[in-house]
Amino acid sequence: MSAHDEDHRDGLSRRKVLECMTWAGTGVLWTVAGGIPTSLGIVGEAMAETTGMTFLQISDSHVGFDKPANPNALGTLEEAINKVKALKAKPAFMIHTGDITHLSKEKEFDDARHIISQAGLDTHYVPGEHDIIDAEPGALYKARYGQNAKGSGYYSFDQNGVHFIGLVNVADLKAGGLGSLGPDQLAWLADDLKAKSASTPIVVFAHIPLWTVYEKWGWGTDDGAQVLGLLKRFGSVTVLNGHIHQIVQKVEGNVTFHTARSTAFPQPAPGTAPSPGPMKVADDKLRSVLGIAEVNYKVGSSRLAIIDQPLQG
Amino acid sequence: MKVATLVRGAFAAALLLALALGLPTAALAANTEVKIDNFTFGPQKVTVKVGDTVTWTNEDDIPHLVVSIGHYRSQALDTGDKYSFTFTKAGTFQYFCGLHPQMQGTVVVEGAATQ
Repeated sequence: MSAHDEDHRDGLSRRKVLECMTWAGTGVLWTVAGGIPTSLGIVGEAMAETTGMTFLQISDSHVGFDKPANPNALGTLEEAINKVKALKAKPAFMIHTGDITHLSKEKEFDDARHIISQAGLDTHYVPGEHDIIDAEPGALYKARYGQNAKGSGYYSFDQNGVHFIGLVNVADLKAGGLGSLGPDQLAWLADDLKAKSASTPIVVFAHIPLWTVYEKWGWGTDDGAQVLGLLKRFGSVTVLNGHIHQIVQKVEGNVTFHTARSTAFPQPAPGTAPSPGPMKVADDKLRSVLGIAEVNYKVGSSRLAIIDQPLQG
Repeated sequence: MKVATLVRGAFAAALLLALALGLPTAALAANTEVKIDNFTFGPQKVTVKVGDTVTWTNEDDIPHLVVSIGHYRSQALDTGDKYSFTFTKAGTFQYFCGLHPQMQGTVVVEGAATQ
């Protein structure tokens, strides 16, 4: 059985995907207490009751994008970073799950760094497909973010007892396929996990969802099931992705899957438009679509409670 | 007006002469347009002759990249950008989008070229 088939069997039906999907805000704040990462709420929510380690996820800033869906993607990234700066409790660090830039241009990378650095947080990146379309694919990204990474930019690190793994599933894509990690990266991952005890909480982040959200639009990873296989023995696994510019989440056994929203523009829900291209909403609605939503995942609960909360209005 | 007519006439005469003499008629090579719209190549399959050029134009708000492994690879095409490739060999050339590999197309090149 191929990874695909397996994904299909275990994956959500389209209806289910739509059921547990909703808009959320510009960033998701995560906390780790007692080994289980818990989504606390979208940026902008007070953090008063938080204990343990918190970190932040932003995604799909698409710096350089200037089309009708959002003529100023750099501006909305800045608004998101301002939200981060305004947090009462400072997160330990931030992850960016790719598509930092729109066209992998030097200026786009520079502009993104200038804005994101204003958060004053250590930021760990993985590339999106938009970050590796320079003349020498991936050269600009790697020069900035890949110095300590392997291959196309994958790496791991430990913080407060949690093992974080950044994977790259946007390089060397094959005709007709989905996202792809490739055998070298999978071998590295198996080796990376070897010495870890099953009680170590694991957080995996990559650009394209590691599970199949919607195959027709390429929203999945061909060899994602092999990653999940390697993570099977761990008691707490959280998979964080971007790429689809909307929140989709599911809990399956010990694994929590979550995709973050973009800071740049929304994309349609699976199958609700002719293509997954940028979704234009009325100008005065953009920030309500990018607006914040509270995401709350209580330990022991299998569902995340989501309450829409527009950024403006 | 008169001059233009004259030029056109001269060109037509030259062309007829070239055809009659069996001279190479590279000037006749055609350009076939493929539009990239809504994450789809259209038409998905085009048939051209050896020496013809296919031009892809991206009409989406998202960049695309045209790749035929071992044959050609465009740069990332932003909205409105074009990429052209001239086919010098007969055959069937599958291609896909290097950013969205579910997008696929085919160029069939017909001709007497010896492989």
